[in-house]
Amino acid sequence: MLGEKVLMKGNEAIGEAAIRAGCQLYFAYPITPQSELPQYLARRMPEEGRVFLQAESEIAAINMVYGAAGTGARVMTSSSSPGISLKQEGISYIAGAELPCVIVNIVRGGPGLGGIQPAQSDYFQATKGGGHGDYRLIVLAPASVQEMVDLTILAFDLADQYRNPVMILGDGVLGQMMEPVEFKDFEPVKIPKPWATTGRKGREKNIINSLYLDPTKLEEHNWHLQAKYREIAEKEVRYDTYRSEDAEVLVVAYGITARIARTAVDMARAQGIAAGLLRPITLFPFPTEAIAQAAEGAKALLTVELSAGQMVEDVRLAVNGKRPVYFYGRTGGMMPTPEEICREIVKVAGKEVAE
Amino acid sequence: MKVVFERPRALSDVTTHYCPGCTHGIIHRLVAEVIDELGILERTIGVAPVGCAVLAYNYLECDWQQAAHGRAPAVATGIKRALPDRVVFTYQGDGDLASIGTAEIVHAANRGERITVIYVNNAIYGMTGGQMAPTTLEGQVTATSPRGRDIKQAGHPMRMAEMLATLPGVSYLARVAVNKPANIMKAKKAIKQAFMVQIDDLGFGMVEILSTCPTNWGLQPAKAMEWVDEKMIPYYPLGEFKVPGEVK
Repeated sequence: MLGEKVLMKGNEAIGEAAIRAGCQLYFAYPITPQSELPQYLARRMPEEGRVFLQAESEIAAINMVYGAAGTGARVMTSSSSPGISLKQEGISYIAGAELPCVIVNIVRGGPGLGGIQPAQSDYFQATKGGGHGDYRLIVLAPASVQEMVDLTILAFDLADQYRNPVMILGDGVLGQMMEPVEFKDFEPVKIPKPWATTGRKGREKNIINSLYLDPTKLEEHNWHLQAKYREIAEKEVRYDTYRSEDAEVLVVAYGITARIARTAVDMARAQGIAAGLLRPITLFPFPTEAIAQAAEGAKALLTVELSAGQMVEDVRLAVNGKRPVYFYGRTGGMMPTPEEICREIVKVAGKEVAE
Repeated sequence: MKVVFERPRALSDVTTHYCPGCTHGIIHRLVAEVIDELGILERTIGVAPVGCAVLAYNYLECDWQQAAHGRAPAVATGIKRALPDRVVFTYQGDGDLASIGTAEIVHAANRGERITVIYVNNAIYGMTGGQMAPTTLEGQVTATSPRGRDIKQAGHPMRMAEMLATLPGVSYLARVAVNKPANIMKAKKAIKQAFMVQIDDLGFGMVEILSTCPTNWGLQPAKAMEWVDEKMIPYYPLGEFKVPGEVK
C-alpha cells in the first residue's frame, strides 16, 4: 500500500504507522474506544515477526513497555482514559528512567468510568504530568487519520531522540472515523542506545533505574530532565494556522475540535467577522510563543475544547492578560456543531470587536 | 596455592546495605554462583524490586532494570519478549510479590513466561520498617499488627508456592530456606533448576526462599535462623511443588 491512498480507521492507521516506524513490541489491554488498535496489531505484528502481547492489565502492559523499552527496542502501548490513569505509575517510572516509548490515549469522557464517547478531558493529565514527580511527556495531538499516521511515526523518532515517553492524544472520533491515508516511504531514524540492558557482553553493566536515594543526586537528575524538557520546548513546537493572519477573533483548538472550529471560522468569515484558527499539534511543548504573537494582532481569543476548560489555562498563560480569552466547551462525549462554535465567535466579536 | 573459596564473578565486590544477620546476602551469593556455573553473566538481565532488595542492581554484575513495586514480572516479560535468547530473572520480596504484585506474578506464571523468579519470603515488610506482610504468620507481632496478626481481621498468610504450582505454565517451583548449611545447599540446587527451565525453554521457574529479618522480627541473628525452623517451615513447608514434565 506504499504511496497509494487507503481508507482506514484512525485506530488501525496508528497500528500500521507503528509497524512502519519499526515498533517491535506492542502491549495491549482492551478498552473502548481504542480496541481496533490491539485487534489490528494482534493480526499484523505476528505477520511481521514482531511481538503482540495482551497483558493482564493496563498496569502490566505499561510495565512490559518499561522492560522492553529498556532493551532498546521500539515499543508501544495504547488505551483510553480510565486505562491511561492506571498506566500513570509506569509512565512516571518510564519518564524517570528516561525510556523511549509511545503511549496512545484515545480519550473518552470522564471522570471515573465516564462514558465511551469522545472527549479531550485528559489534557491536564497528558501535559502536566499525570503520575508523580516533575516530568513531561511529549504530547502529539492529531486532527485527522493521516496525521495519526504521520505523528505516530514522528512519535517513535522523538522518543528515541530525547529518551522520553511520547503520548499520542487522540479522541474517540479520530480513533473510530475512516479517512483516506497515505503511507509514504521513509527510513525510521536509528539512534544508538548504549544504555540499553541487553546483557553486558563486551561492556560494563547497564542499569535502568529511576531511584536516587541521595537527594543531591536526585536533584541533579531532575535538573537534567528539566534541561531536556527546555530543549524539547525550544525545538519541537508544532502548530497549524488557518486564516489567522488578519484574525480579530482567534480560535484555539486541537484535535477533532479544530476540524469543527475550522468550519466555524469559515462561517464567521461569511458573516463578516475576521475569525482565524490556531491549532496546537504539540500540546507539550505548547505553542506558547505562537499564541502570544497571534494574540498581538487579535482583539480576543476563544478556546474550544471537549472539556470543561483545560487547554484554555495554557492559552491564558501564553496571552498573559494582554487579550481577553474566552472559552467554549462541551463535555461527557458531546460534540459542538460548527454553528455552535460560530455562535460563540459572533458573541466574542460582539463584545470585543469594535464596529 | 590452590584457591578453595572465592567471590563469584557475578557478585560485586562491594559492601551491601543489608542488616546484620539478614539472609539476602546468602541468597545474592547463591544466585551469583548459579550465574557463574551456568556461564550466563553476559546474557543475564535482572529485575530489581521495591523493598530491601531494591539496590540488588549494585550487588550482582549482570545488567539490571529496577521495577515499580510488584511489577517486576511484567517488566521481565517485556525484556524476555524483546530478547528471547537472554536469561531474565526477577528478585522480589514477599510484600512485592505476594501483595501489591499478585496480578503480575500470577499472570507471568500462567503465561509460562520464560523467566526465573527469586522470591524472598521473610514474613514482613523490611524496608519500610517491619509492617505486616501478606505472609506474616498468625499471631506474629509487627508494626501494623501490634497485637499479633489476627486472621479474622487480616486474613491468612499467603502460600504463594502452593498457589502458583497449580498453574500449567509453571515448570519448576520449589520452597527452600537459607537458615542452615544443609538448607542452603538445597536452595542453590533449586535456584539452578529455576534458571535451567528457563534456559531449556520449558516454562516459568520460581524458588520461594524463606529468609530472615532479625531487625524487624526483634531477634538476634542466630535466634532468627531458629525462628525459620520453629515458626515458618511448619506453615511454609519446604520442597519441590512442581518439577519439569510433571504436574503435582
